[in-house]
Amino acid sequence: MIPMDAEITHIVNETPSIRTFFFDFSLEHIPGQYVMVWIRGVDEVPMSLSYPNAITVQKIGEATSKLFKMVKGDSFGIRGPFGNGFSLEGRSILLVVGGVGAAPLGALADRAKSDGLRVETILGAKRADELLFEKRFKEAGDLLITTDDGSLGHKGLATDLVGEIDLTKYDAIYSCGPEEMMFRVLNVVEGIGMSSRAQFSLQRYVKCGLGICGACCIDPYGLRICRDGPIFRGDQLTETEFGRYMRDASGKRVKI
Amino acid sequence: MDLTTYIKGLKLRNPTILAAGILGSSASSIKRVIRGGAGAIVTKSIGVVPRDGHKGPVMIKTEHGFLNAMGLANPSYHEFKRELKESKGEVPIVASIFGGNAEEFKEVALGLIEANPDAFELNVSCPHAEGYGADIGEDPNAVENITRAVKKAVNVPVWVKLSPLTNIVKIGLAAQRGGADAVVAINTIPAMAIDTESCFPVLGNTVGGLSGAAIKPVALKCVYDLYSMLKIDIIGVGGISSWKDAIEFIMAGASAIEIGSAVYEDIRIFRHISEGISRYLQNKGFELEDIRGVAVK
Repeated sequence: MIPMDAEITHIVNETPSIRTFFFDFSLEHIPGQYVMVWIRGVDEVPMSLSYPNAITVQKIGEATSKLFKMVKGDSFGIRGPFGNGFSLEGRSILLVVGGVGAAPLGALADRAKSDGLRVETILGAKRADELLFEKRFKEAGDLLITTDDGSLGHKGLATDLVGEIDLTKYDAIYSCGPEEMMFRVLNVVEGIGMSSRAQFSLQRYVKCGLGICGACCIDPYGLRICRDGPIFRGDQLTETEFGRYMRDASGKRVKI
Repeated sequence: MDLTTYIKGLKLRNPTILAAGILGSSASSIKRVIRGGAGAIVTKSIGVVPRDGHKGPVMIKTEHGFLNAMGLANPSYHEFKRELKESKGEVPIVASIFGGNAEEFKEVALGLIEANPDAFELNVSCPHAEGYGADIGEDPNAVENITRAVKKAVNVPVWVKLSPLTNIVKIGLAAQRGGADAVVAINTIPAMAIDTESCFPVLGNTVGGLSGAAIKPVALKCVYDLYSMLKIDIIGVGGISSWKDAIEFIMAGASAIEIGSAVYEDIRIFRHISEGISRYLQNKGFELEDIRGVAVK
């Protein structure tokens, strides 16, 4: 598809480094699916949908910096939604969220709540002011907060709490955030034989978004993040490159 | 039905080959395509130094086919050696290589040779990387010299992939003079799209190449013309997505066929096409060899 023209209707400053850009149409999507966001003249980057009509973005590179200069009425291109999305399972779920990983999980929390599921969230960020969608997760169910510097909630990492609670009471566990964090979650669930009940949202160098170019394939089974993912069950990720290395834009392996 | 296919110096379990630039960037994706039934693999095009490729959008699906300007992204031959080594085993692995001149082609070929590729495919036809690909591939002398340089440097078969927007027979003959064991026709056709909302060309690189069903009749004619004039093997590629397409190419003279964009539908397309070819041959009471070039009257 030729990218659709998405006009910005309003912008929410979520944290000092994260903004939500609402646009002028809604996409029917499964939480966890992504769109390719085309910042014209700069680049095209994959972004999770945080609402049917919004992306929530951290300023990290060239394309997102240009996006952060945009105002209401400006527009960008959108292709998608692409990928598989999360699969909601059971009646009681746990979300383990780090930083901007709250973008797709915020959407999942909304969906789970409206489906009548019991939702608990462990939300982590570097500092209190970088916590994303705190109110949204609280409205969906119970919320535990962790910050690296202890400015709010538990001082430390979201995964510290994961190790302390009884995970067997949840039907499913969903995680999105820095790969180191998700890898620790994977190790915990693997240790208690629950890896097939955990779902992770992976990030890699997605280029074509169509499953053709191969840039985002992960070793050793060649699963494509853009088409087979970006959501994978824990048992699909054990003994893979996940948590260990990824490939850069040229295809060279780099350590996580 | 036995679909064993011989292309000079190589034996394939069937005539379906993964085209360059498609899912061929790592051993794991290559192995997945082999599980999907491919008779051989052509890797992503590899060069002297790492390249990140063009800015996005690098590929879009349009009503006419796929447009891409990936930009020859590759980690360089130094880094790719290990992917190539890990890919080896089940089916022939053909290393696609590119360079700005004969020396660079030779350097990449020699750099990869320790990983034992079963053949090389010279990319002198990529339409979207300045100074590479089609910029070189429209000059018959350059194609002949590059082919000869790589042939002299290595002792495995060398294929030359051709651009459709040239006098393709002239370039094919130049490759043959340079010692090519086969030519591969065709690469994508130069193309573009414009976003009417924003007035921007859609591809990050402005221009790119068209692939998919739309280019099949063009590719078929190229194969037909080459088969009439060349003595070496022709490998057909361009818009093949069904066993019928594959049969058409073989009837036009192709020894084997490559499949690219059609992996979009299913990575097991190679198996589906092989099975379709088998059924067709059985129904008709033909052997694969009986139909090669049969439509060239």
